[in-house]
Amino acid sequence: MKRVLLPLGIFILLVGFLAVGLKLDPREVPSPLVGKPAPAFELPVLHQPDKRFVPADMRGKVWLLNVWASWCASCRDEHPLLVDLSKKGVLPILGLNYKDRGEDAQRWLKQYGDPYQLSVVDADGRIGIDYGVYGVPETYLIDREGVIRYKQIGPITPAVLERKILPLVTSLNR
Amino acid sequence: MIPEIGHFALIVALAIALVQAALPLTGAARRIPGFIAVARPAAQGLFVFVAIAFGCLAWSFYSNDFSVLNVATNSNSRLPTAYRIAATWGSHEGSLLLWVLMLSLWMLAVSVFSRSLPEDMVARILGIMGLIAVGFLSFMLFTSNPFERLIPAAPDGRDLNPLLQDPGMVFHPPMLYMGYVGFSVAFSFAIAALLDGRLDATWARWSRPWTTAAWIFLTLGIALGSFWAYYELGWGGWWFWDPVENASFMPWLIGTALIHSLAVTEKRGAFKAWTVLLAIIAFSLSLLGTFLVRSGVLTSVHAFATDPKRGIFILCFLAVVIGGSLALYAWRANRVAPGARFDLLSRESMLLANSALLLVACGAVMLGTLYPLFLDALGLGKISVGPPYFDSVFMPLMAPAILLAGIGPLIAWRKGDAAQLVRRLRWVAIAALLGALFVPLAFGRWAVLASVGLLLGFWIIAGALAALAVRLRSGTRPGPAFLGMLLAHAGIGVFVIGVTLVKSYETERDLRMAPGDTAQFGGYEFRFEGVREANGPNYTAARATITAQRSGGSVVRLEPEKRVYLVQRNPMTEAAIDAGISRDLYVSLGEAVEGNAWTVRIHVKPFIRWIWFGCLMMAFVGLLAASDRRYRAVRRLEDAPAADATVIRRSPA
Repeated sequence: MKRVLLPLGIFILLVGFLAVGLKLDPREVPSPLVGKPAPAFELPVLHQPDKRFVPADMRGKVWLLNVWASWCASCRDEHPLLVDLSKKGVLPILGLNYKDRGEDAQRWLKQYGDPYQLSVVDADGRIGIDYGVYGVPETYLIDREGVIRYKQIGPITPAVLERKILPLVTSLNR
Repeated sequence: MIPEIGHFALIVALAIALVQAALPLTGAARRIPGFIAVARPAAQGLFVFVAIAFGCLAWSFYSNDFSVLNVATNSNSRLPTAYRIAATWGSHEGSLLLWVLMLSLWMLAVSVFSRSLPEDMVARILGIMGLIAVGFLSFMLFTSNPFERLIPAAPDGRDLNPLLQDPGMVFHPPMLYMGYVGFSVAFSFAIAALLDGRLDATWARWSRPWTTAAWIFLTLGIALGSFWAYYELGWGGWWFWDPVENASFMPWLIGTALIHSLAVTEKRGAFKAWTVLLAIIAFSLSLLGTFLVRSGVLTSVHAFATDPKRGIFILCFLAVVIGGSLALYAWRANRVAPGARFDLLSRESMLLANSALLLVACGAVMLGTLYPLFLDALGLGKISVGPPYFDSVFMPLMAPAILLAGIGPLIAWRKGDAAQLVRRLRWVAIAALLGALFVPLAFGRWAVLASVGLLLGFWIIAGALAALAVRLRSGTRPGPAFLGMLLAHAGIGVFVIGVTLVKSYETERDLRMAPGDTAQFGGYEFRFEGVREANGPNYTAARATITAQRSGGSVVRLEPEKRVYLVQRNPMTEAAIDAGISRDLYVSLGEAVEGNAWTVRIHVKPFIRWIWFGCLMMAFVGLLAASDRRYRAVRRLEDAPAADATVIRRSPA
């Protein structure tokens, strides 16, 4: 009797795995940077090119680093969400203006609103490499010690904001 | 209006399927002739309505009805007509409809070609197939309606994925699905036999032609898919161990095992429970494949947009159908009478070992395919399993299977004669060794793997020839089924030789070429003539001209293209191939670099055609086997109660 039950047993095990597998997203690649200190950089600020910014300036704060560009269509999709977030003053948002032209970037912010405390300019995308940017937009949540706590590849959606980012921010601010 | 007719036809089809499942199965269990008689007309009606639905969807594509969401997302007014029609099955919804259409075609075939079967058996078979149809029709109607409207209508469609705009798209999916779904017949036969309790040689004889037919379609479908990938994807590979390829390959492996096991069950009455299990597994793997492709649990080049609701639906359906049949198997398989005894050295044990090897190989493929999912589910991280795993696990499992396949036809049923076998194998071994030693010399480079591969390839071909010689000498005329079997084995040999030679002796170069540049390798001189513009109906392209010349031979012109499709804007590589029996020249165009120079990738692939030619030989077999007079003769005899025993004695082969 045991022998003929074997196929059924294997199958039930398989269904269990498949059921769990359904909840997972095979395309969701965890960033090796999560849990590691945010790579250091020193970049000029978009609106004041003579001023320079380093991430260490944000020590003691929980903040978002949002990679954006004026040529990026899906940045426009997530932009209202960022503007809304900055109006509510939940946490400081900094922009990394990625492979963009200065005047295009400034015009874009004028047109769609500027949610950023400041934006830094990564004209040749070198810092993007350090941060492992796959595509724009991407967003990093960085804690008080300067450690990356979360990475969003692609635009932030209201669901991601509600379910992942905001709860994390609350717990990190505690 | 047309899409609504299609939608309505699907709903009617679901209603018919429910009737087809409920009444005949009840009728067969309770012996109610009126219910049993419903099976055939219901199956035929189901086919009519599914065909109407399919026709309506095809018409919506043909007539560019962009108010249908499915058409708007997968077609375009500038898409050539043949691809507009092929786009019918280019989407998730459309391919499901194709699946159901194929299922209803098989049901129609069963309802027509089953005059000789007992009525209650037919009722059970069609009832079970009706149940499967209920599952898929409700899946379509509740989660993936192909006729969903888009209001307001789109001005034009988003176009068919350029990868799919290829003659391969017209033939590959229907063939593949025909094979996939065809195993539902063998499955339904097996379940019907389990329900009925009549698991005997008769059952195996009825199932055999259906299984072979499904297997032919699957073989052709997989071969076409592989050929398509080879010339369309632009980097010269012919098999990628992609999850979706594996999903079609696993049922093929089990189907192959099933064909062999059915032969034993029919002729010797042995392995009954094993054969039933294989029939269940073959179709279960078809369903599992559908689940893997449709639910998006694995990443694949074939993946469609995913929706968790769909995944859950198919998973529940899988659990019910497969779980139910395996439970039924566990409940009933013990009651099966043991078959005739046989010696260790006999054709039975060769076939048993072979089907076990095929099952294990299938398990290895499945493990590799699902391993990333298992690890992820256990929270152990994300990995991907690639060709190195499959190559190193699959080949060693297949090598003994091929050795056995060379011996099998030379050994007697029940009790083999060792001395006779050695005598017969002597020439086979010599031929295989000679081939393995001398063919590599022709390529000027000896390699262990090349020799092993060639040895296996020549072994199985020589084995088939030896079996033919033995049969001819014994004075009996070989029937089509026997010839078919030998041809299939030779096809495997041709396939193995092709794979070995390509793997061992292909050469490829990535070159940067400006007009006038030449490169020499693989025995050819390649000359880059230049690039010009060449536009198609829905794309713009840069077309390069490269000539290839063997010293003293004629000049071959190759024109690879780089296309940009107007709607989806993605660049596509159209490789140029000069095909030949002994080698393919394969050129694909890369990117433009500075000046007039381009990057070019050139492959010289020896004997790659043999891979698909071997598959064609295997598929052709099936036609021979299915045409065997024995099956037709048997059908006529079946009404006589004593026929069964006679037939078994009559066919010693």
